[in-house]
Amino acid sequence: MEHGSLTDLSASTFSIMEEDHTLANSARFVLNQDPRVAFCGYSIPHPADRKVNIRVQTTGDPAKDVMKDALQDLMVMCQHVRGTFDKAVANHKSKKSAEEMDVDRK
Amino acid sequence: MPKKGTKSKKVVDDVANEQENKLPDYLELQRTRVVCNADAPIHTLGFQYSGAFAAMGVDNSVSVEKFCKNFKVEINRLTEDDIEFDMIGVDASIANAFRRILIAEVPTMAIEKVFMADNTSVIADEVLSHRLGLIPLDADPRLFDYISENDVPNERNTIVYKLHVSCPKGSQRITVKSSELEWLPEGSQLSMASSAQSGDKQKTFTSFSKSQKQILEKPLGVKFKDITIARLGPGQAIELEAHAVKGVGKVHAKWSPVATAWYRMLPEVVILEEIKGDNAEKLVKKCPVNVFDIEDLGNGEKRAVVAKPRACTLCRQCVMKDDGQKIELRRVRDHFIFTIESTGALPPEVLFTEAVKILEEKCEKVISELS
Repeated sequence: MEHGSLTDLSASTFSIMEEDHTLANSARFVLNQDPRVAFCGYSIPHPADRKVNIRVQTTGDPAKDVMKDALQDLMVMCQHVRGTFDKAVANHKSKKSAEEMDVDRK
Repeated sequence: MPKKGTKSKKVVDDVANEQENKLPDYLELQRTRVVCNADAPIHTLGFQYSGAFAAMGVDNSVSVEKFCKNFKVEINRLTEDDIEFDMIGVDASIANAFRRILIAEVPTMAIEKVFMADNTSVIADEVLSHRLGLIPLDADPRLFDYISENDVPNERNTIVYKLHVSCPKGSQRITVKSSELEWLPEGSQLSMASSAQSGDKQKTFTSFSKSQKQILEKPLGVKFKDITIARLGPGQAIELEAHAVKGVGKVHAKWSPVATAWYRMLPEVVILEEIKGDNAEKLVKKCPVNVFDIEDLGNGEKRAVVAKPRACTLCRQCVMKDDGQKIELRRVRDHFIFTIESTGALPPEVLFTEAVKILEEKCEKVISELS
């Protein structure tokens, strides 16, 4: 849910249910790396409620768009992490099996 | 989807590239390293804000392209149940998200309901049930669905195990191990009391439409055969049926797929000023994990060098006294040594990819909520 003003779209608080530091902190990191963001932070209003508030203030662009872009970026980053990791695992496995074959030959 | 504002981002990047401005060394150090002094670490926070150095003409933002260019993974160790790898070029917030998801949000199967037909052992029903819940099952959670409150247990969301052991009178005491748990691919065998007299097919606690043998490639069992469940004295018996369902670690730790998942930042040990002779010998002895070694310079001269910085546990013995000023302990802010110990349901490398997928799903969910 977005809490913002009708006239000034450049600042909003996004209230996300069923999420915690896992998403909020990574989103905050990505938002802070975006040059369009003037301020960004998050808080968990009460530890017993499963809810986070992410505050985004931009230099002019609508906060909602910036937020969506940030999450999109985070997704792309995750995909890249997964791809790189899978490649590294495959490399490691093939290297290991090649080494084992060498041992057999000796 | 064309991205709004990408253009303005690009412009900022280009400007930074053209100018090729670099941060002064001391700031670059603060940005990329945590320095661990004898009393406390300094520069722990780093510079989060993209415009932190805008006044100096240095761009501190990380675009996706930049991230993809710098991100690296190196695998150090990969066995059946654990993995250690280096994740380079990623912020702590992202690394921590992966760690948190691994512990609390990657699903596994675990025993949730226990139907006790007979238990005359000394171990109480609820304690026995709890012990059963903690046994790691050798079942791939990706092949199963979550069961919700009103769902009927079926072959897609429930695994049924039977445990029926008794210790005959006059014999020795026996130990019930996890290997005694027997998988029932056809579903529950216990009939519900109310419908016992009616119908040709008795109603049980599950309604499997087909055998699980048809949907699964290999038979299900427990991961470790030698977990002690209970002990039975002569004349005691346990008869029960255990139903395992899919769940996540944040609901109960029994669903956590990892024994532990943790990371540490790469240690960096720097000798700022040469340490020679007896002092070098002293330094080598001082370090409990043998980070330092001695280099022979010829003509009897010896010099301390850093041999194994990775072994450093940050005990700070070397920076405390004597030559403490000559050494600096640092940690590389964007280099994580990640270790995952699986409990056995999924191999550790699969666990990590699953965790990354879950973070992707979270993003997707929020994006669709905002649109």
